[in-house]
Amino acid sequence: MYQITRAEKLTDQIYLFDVTATRVAKSCLPGQFVIVKLDETGERIPLTICDYNRETGAVTIVLQTVGASTMKMAKLKVGDSFMDVTGPLGVPSEFTNIPLEELKQKKYLFVAGGVGSAPVYPQVKWLHEHGIEADVVLGARNKDLIILEEQMRAVAGNLYVTTDDGSYVRKGLVTDVVRDLVEEQGKHYDVCVAIGPMIMMKFVTLLTKELHIPTIVSLNPIMVDGTGMCGACRVTVGDQVKFACVDGPEFDGHLVNFDEAMKRQQMYKTYEGRAILKLQEGDTHHGGCGNCGGDK
Amino acid sequence: MDVLKKVPVREQDAKVRATNFDEVCLGYNESEAMEEASRCINCKNAKCVQGCPVSINIPAFIEKVKDGQFEEASKVIGESSALPAVCGRVCPQETQCEGKCIRGIKGEPISIGKLERFVADWARTNNIKPAPPKEKNGKKVAVIGSGPAGLTCAGDLAKLGYDVTIFEALHKAGGVLVYGIPEFRLPKDGVVLPEIENVKALGVKIETNVVIGRSVTIDQLIHEEGFQAVFIGSGAGLPKFMGIPGENANGVFSANEYLTRSNLMKAFDDNYDTPIAVSKKVAVVGGGNVAMDAARTALRLGAEVHIVYRRSEAELPARVEEVHHAKEEGIIFDLLTNPKEILVDENGWVKGMRCVRMELGEPDASGRRRPVEIPGSEFELELDTVIMSLGTSPNPLIASTTDGLEVNKWKCIVADEENGATTKEGVYAGGDAVTGAATVILAMGAGKAAAKGIHEYLSER
Repeated sequence: MYQITRAEKLTDQIYLFDVTATRVAKSCLPGQFVIVKLDETGERIPLTICDYNRETGAVTIVLQTVGASTMKMAKLKVGDSFMDVTGPLGVPSEFTNIPLEELKQKKYLFVAGGVGSAPVYPQVKWLHEHGIEADVVLGARNKDLIILEEQMRAVAGNLYVTTDDGSYVRKGLVTDVVRDLVEEQGKHYDVCVAIGPMIMMKFVTLLTKELHIPTIVSLNPIMVDGTGMCGACRVTVGDQVKFACVDGPEFDGHLVNFDEAMKRQQMYKTYEGRAILKLQEGDTHHGGCGNCGGDK
Repeated sequence: MDVLKKVPVREQDAKVRATNFDEVCLGYNESEAMEEASRCINCKNAKCVQGCPVSINIPAFIEKVKDGQFEEASKVIGESSALPAVCGRVCPQETQCEGKCIRGIKGEPISIGKLERFVADWARTNNIKPAPPKEKNGKKVAVIGSGPAGLTCAGDLAKLGYDVTIFEALHKAGGVLVYGIPEFRLPKDGVVLPEIENVKALGVKIETNVVIGRSVTIDQLIHEEGFQAVFIGSGAGLPKFMGIPGENANGVFSANEYLTRSNLMKAFDDNYDTPIAVSKKVAVVGGGNVAMDAARTALRLGAEVHIVYRRSEAELPARVEEVHHAKEEGIIFDLLTNPKEILVDENGWVKGMRCVRMELGEPDASGRRRPVEIPGSEFELELDTVIMSLGTSPNPLIASTTDGLEVNKWKCIVADEENGATTKEGVYAGGDAVTGAATVILAMGAGKAAAKGIHEYLSER
């Protein structure tokens, strides 16, 4: 069992937990993820590592409620446990492998959309701890969905916050900010790292291609085992099929086939909807989900 | 009784079992087992033992069964095998022990597999457990992977007094026995779990959720955690796809994914949260045991299922028994048929598969006649699900994170067949990670050989 030592609700749909997973905390690096399973009947859910403490063995994970399993997890409190936490999985971010002197010559721009702030944070923090100040664009649909702003401000070079509806700081999409920084303010970036909803990453990569900025994205497709065994997470990158769990999750954003990846994310939408219905109705559930047979 | 014929084994009726996940074969009862055992002529130079990758003393245990001494029989098997209830069910006996049986020259061979299964099941029901070794030698060995190779290696080393820890990447121990082979062929709670508990009863520790190469490396296990030897039994690896158009459409799965959802995650059971595609018409591409398992799982989930295989029935790599069971249950075999393209609807879902008819030409390197396309024979199958069962390629994670561990041109770990030794001192390997996808029993044989190799290595130190 993996005990929860901190549980916070960040927004209506986004929750943060510290969980004790000593082996993960000891060996993980920015860019990697864990697979979490709540209990015997739970799904294996891939979640980003948002932070880690090598001394205490704590790993910080952030989850957005999208299905029945994540809704159950959202109810967990300090002292509760996950039955299983596996990891770290995936390849660490590219920059953790670049010699520091070379890395210090590069200017990084991070673009974080919504819950994408969680995987961006440890990357910016790692760079900050190695003496590199990266710029960060933090965006969300509205003010309530902006997460980790203060934490990010503490480790970022410049932080630019934006909301789609203008309810906080400024009105505009993350792509508007990136275009403004490069074209109006004349900033130069060697690398862009964009993490957020698939549609956001698609449009950031279209823009950075136009601006000639190499761009890395982090994908979170459907996975089962997360160790390369099942191939559910396959994604087309250039002319090759890659497995996001072992070849990724980070890829060259200019080569990713986002349209295919977005379609693949929809694969279990119907099942998820039914499972949520069943969960929400609880004991009063008596059919209509298409699963339980109660409506027959 | 006709001594030339096996005592028939009871099975669930094909029509009934096609709608449930309960075990197909019901096994022998005591009198059936004793009757079958009495057919054994107890050869002095028993060929069956030579046919067994873990060299079980087959005539000796059958002799005990004949006399009704079932506990004694289980001890004889226990000397050589840690997983008899598994092997009695999934070994390809027809090409191993039973294939060599002298009785089989004129008539049917002894039903060795079913007898092994009977003895193991009897021992479990009567709570017979292996005794842990009296003395521990204090030497620590790490075993990577809790599948058949790892469990066998760990069990053998524990019996010799070693302090063994198995590291498993998934949340449940058992490897292919839990994620790959379906419930209806190998019950998980009833058969696999007790067998793993028996290995633990020998003193073996199992740490789940540890991905070697990520959570910790082999070099760290040796230098920081005090393990004096390591056995790698990490299994087969990454599923292969054909590389044809449409393969990333929604509704195309690897057999690994489909089976993992159903077996490990129990998606067939409504009480579990993991979903699995509910299909109307499924094509399983491939002809091995895994293809049969995937096809029979889809059938039980309510679909019409076609096996699409490019060679003819004679070349099907699956066990004859599995093909026979699949046919009985209503799986349709589209043989000498090869997929060319998966047809996709406007929302990205599978709607069919374009195939071509094949004929057999000259034998190829494998000795099997090479299938050749018949020009102009293309046709379309209407489908909503395609399951690719084409084998696997090795997972590079362990080799790429371990200094001095050599792999061959297929990226399999190089290991000595006799003792499992790799190119790195103190590190041994066996099973699918070395050979590529093979059988449970061959992996167990390799685990056994490596246990011997590790014992020799550590005895000299």
